[in-house]
Amino acid sequence: MASTSPARISIEDAAGINVTREEALDWFRKMSLIRRFEERAEEAYGQGKIGGFLHLYIGEEAVAVGAMAALQPEDDVITHYRDHGYVLARGVEPKRVMAELYGKATGLSKGKGGSMHMADVRRHLWGGYAIVGGHIPLATGLALAIQYRKLPQIVACFFGDGATNAGTFYSGLNLAAVWKLPLIAIVENNHYGMGTALERVSAVDEVYRKASSFDIPGVRIDGNDVLAVRDAVRRMADQSRNGGGPQLIEAMTYRFRGHSMGDPQRYRTKEEVEEAKSRDPIARWRSTVQENDLATEDELRKIGDEVEAEVEEAVRFAENSPAPDPGELCNDVLVSE
Amino acid sequence: MAQKTYRDAIREALREEMLRDENVLIMGEEVGVWGGTYAVTRGLYGEFGDKRILDTPIAEEAIVGTAVGAAMGGLRPVAELMTINFSLVAMDQIVNNAAKIHAMFGSQARVPLVIRTPAGWGQLAATHSQSFEAWFAHVPGLIVVMPSTPYDAKGLLKTAIRSDNPVMFIEHARLYGVKGEVPDGEYTLPFGVSDIKRPGRDVTIVSYSRMLHVALSAADELAKTGIECEVIDLRTLRPLDMAPVYDSVEKTHRVLILEEDWTTCGMGAEIAARISHDRFDLLDVPVERMGQIEVPMPYARNLEALMFPDEKSVAQKVMEMVA
Ligand SMILES: Cc1ncc(C[n+]2csc(CCOP(=O)(O)OP(=O)(O)O)c2C)c(N)n1
Repeated sequence: MASTSPARISIEDAAGINVTREEALDWFRKMSLIRRFEERAEEAYGQGKIGGFLHLYIGEEAVAVGAMAALQPEDDVITHYRDHGYVLARGVEPKRVMAELYGKATGLSKGKGGSMHMADVRRHLWGGYAIVGGHIPLATGLALAIQYRKLPQIVACFFGDGATNAGTFYSGLNLAAVWKLPLIAIVENNHYGMGTALERVSAVDEVYRKASSFDIPGVRIDGNDVLAVRDAVRRMADQSRNGGGPQLIEAMTYRFRGHSMGDPQRYRTKEEVEEAKSRDPIARWRSTVQENDLATEDELRKIGDEVEAEVEEAVRFAENSPAPDPGELCNDVLVSE
Repeated sequence: MAQKTYRDAIREALREEMLRDENVLIMGEEVGVWGGTYAVTRGLYGEFGDKRILDTPIAEEAIVGTAVGAAMGGLRPVAELMTINFSLVAMDQIVNNAAKIHAMFGSQARVPLVIRTPAGWGQLAATHSQSFEAWFAHVPGLIVVMPSTPYDAKGLLKTAIRSDNPVMFIEHARLYGVKGEVPDGEYTLPFGVSDIKRPGRDVTIVSYSRMLHVALSAADELAKTGIECEVIDLRTLRPLDMAPVYDSVEKTHRVLILEEDWTTCGMGAEIAARISHDRFDLLDVPVERMGQIEVPMPYARNLEALMFPDEKSVAQKVMEMVA
């Protein structure tokens, strides 16, 4: 019989620096790309070029980048709607992501999915889902398929702290635990679900402790430290890959922007946001890189410039791409047989 | 009479009922501190506090289930589901518990519950742009209200809160800013009474919620060409009041039903079936239905714009019917 052992739940500190120069710069580039991409998307939204809901990931970049660095390219990834960061971290061309935001035919989902539904199945990105918690059982199912087909990969499932009060969190992870499926659940604890602080609506606000409901390992890590994220995800992924069953990682982070565009943000103070910005994951990684002589100031600036150019190119591509053909409207509903 | 928005009319109804009856309370995601995602409950948290305006976790099944239990226990909860899309998460509670408990226990218990939720769309893509009113109207044991004007919204919501039955009160995100006359004094409107929003003699247009406004603008356009449409607002989909529709068919002999949901198995199918059964002899042309194109909602703006009938396509259809 399974027993709940509190020792399986832990809070981790960042390990020492075990990163190559190449990795260090790649992470800096990817985090900067996500940041700049979203700042541009925000602008385009303001100009009415992007519609619907736009949930920015700004401030949380280290989670996606650290996690993707730890995963293998064939590992399955499934996410919630705050999803631009994951696809960019996995190496999807920014222009195809931007084109999707613009609702263009050249977008990842031909303009049919938009911001909340970024998918690139060739890259094992199984999509962003807009119903909170709705994708957690899908992750369980993807992991079942992997176990059943004896494939080498695992599933990484990303969602917010708010989703951990939904029934799907419990039913999905419970089943994954019963079947010892290769799944890691990565909760980005940015403290709020829309305007509701986690402790106001969650009996347990240390999310990693919820792992004990399923008797699986749960860890809390600093989600603003890209290296800590990479290390924790790598270790948990290895465990899961080797038959250790599902694992829960709570990455502590913060979103600098509102929940989505047009959030009046009455639920938090300017001071709180400013304080959080002092822990900016990109600035932090930049200093770590410099302190450890992994790159010079010039090299980092150059990366910044390249990212800037790449994002501008993405915007141009999106603007110049055609809207979907009206004849596309009734396609894709059923697989033609 | 005072001009008020649909949003303000709904808030007024909530506030007045909370002042009238201390057992009325509001629960849902972001209804308190945030003031409601569509700003409907703004200000109520400050006035009534956290014992009567309850911010909940993101767990619709628990929101509705808890509200059903609270209603059984003597309260009159108004549960808000942020959008109708999330009602799917709560569907079991709505259909199996809220709608059934009174009948299943031989009327020993009652569920005086209101579930308020907006329908709508706006580049929100497939899972955030759905119209499920026909699903709820399908279920015995539920009352389904879908008002199109501020006046109707206020009067019907007050009735819903006082009702001892579970009520699905479906608002429309794109109507919140619409203004209309709302008297200052106390009034309520009964369920199951359709309303003639515009009298006419040539074609009967039956509609509700946002599409009612599309019907009215089409009727205005058509009037310029001498075609007079009678526009009927169902206001409640269950119970469904067909009497004004039947009276109208006696004059016009032509019916067009406008709905925002998919037409297959939609509201219009029910209305058309009733007309053809009860007033078969009066029809000069077959009953027509217009609704949403039957695909999951695309995100791209140009594609989304093709999804619903607009005043032009409605006017076109009416002309074909009278030709
Ligand atoms: C089932 C469901 N209920 C409500 C919503 C509306 N909603 C969208 S995001 C969100 C907050 C989610 O917070 P969290 O899971 O912490 O993720 P974060 O936005 O912080 O990244 C809510 C309530 C939804 N999309 N789905």
